[in-house]
Amino acid sequence: MVVYSLYILSKAGGKIFNRDYGKYKDENQVPPYRKPEGNEYLILGSTFHSLHVISSQISPIKGGGGMELLEADTFKLYCYQSPTETKFFLLADAQQQNLDQLARTIYELYADYVMKNPFYEMEMPIHCDLFLVNVEKKIDEINNKKTTN
Amino acid sequence: MSNIAKLQKVGDSTFGRIEKINSELLTMTYGSLVTQLLRDFEDTDAVNKQLEKMGHKIGVRLIEEYMAKSNPSAGSCKEFKDTAEAIAKVGFKMFLGFNAQVTSWNQEQTQFSLVFQENPLNDFVELPERLKTEGLFYSNLLCGVIRGALEMVQMRVECIFVKCPLRGDDVSEIKVTLIDYLKEIVLEDE
Repeated sequence: MVVYSLYILSKAGGKIFNRDYGKYKDENQVPPYRKPEGNEYLILGSTFHSLHVISSQISPIKGGGGMELLEADTFKLYCYQSPTETKFFLLADAQQQNLDQLARTIYELYADYVMKNPFYEMEMPIHCDLFLVNVEKKIDEINNKKTTN
Repeated sequence: MSNIAKLQKVGDSTFGRIEKINSELLTMTYGSLVTQLLRDFEDTDAVNKQLEKMGHKIGVRLIEEYMAKSNPSAGSCKEFKDTAEAIAKVGFKMFLGFNAQVTSWNQEQTQFSLVFQENPLNDFVELPERLKTEGLFYSNLLCGVIRGALEMVQMRVECIFVKCPLRGDDVSEIKVTLIDYLKEIVLEDE
């Protein structure tokens, strides 16, 4: 069971962060699926954003918050939206559990290492090494634990 | 009432969990910041404004920590009233280490006052008479923080300091007025 990727979208829907994890984070490893290239990450990001907007608009109950989980045979797409409307999308193995906890942890890391970095400009792409390192550590922890089983 | 008690608990437990720094360090840093501003601007009103602006920039970022680290289910605010209590009992506790009281609601429930006795920023500070008469609100940064934080959760408010112990009042009082709820938020470029 693996967490494959993380996308962070600003409240305007711009992709401000994306990263692949698991053993396919290595560029030279050819994953069994078609890995997005270059601009495709941007397109994916805005597609996720649109999906989320549409899902909250078709909610039959007023004030619906939008989609949280999309399940497919082979993978899960989990979305956490913070009250400030920043969205965290996680792509993971279909059997992956506790994605909500992971998303909350990433949100905490985001609050600590991105928002508190005085040189990070709001709504801009995230290039904060501390954030990168800490998220990677967290996700690797999960990925490694599962593979030893 | 039980809601307030619940929020108080959330505030206490979050306060217990998060990292803390020496409050004297904060007080000293803030003191040198304010005095530097006074030297640079030479105008008390401009300093008040500048402090508020700085606070705003802090607020728009700090809200993420508030949301990430306080318990989200207890922290969700349906009405402006809940927001007020959440600021007083969770926000103040998390970031300043004490609780504030929410008082003086207006009839439309769009305006309230945050009243508090303690204020670590005020420690060791004595305002010179000149600054008192010119109307410096030493902790005006806090107003900006509240405004910035609420702006990020779709509430536009106005915050004004009305009482400050440094000017001879018995307590600190910040008046918060709700202007409107924002649908689409565009970040102010300041």
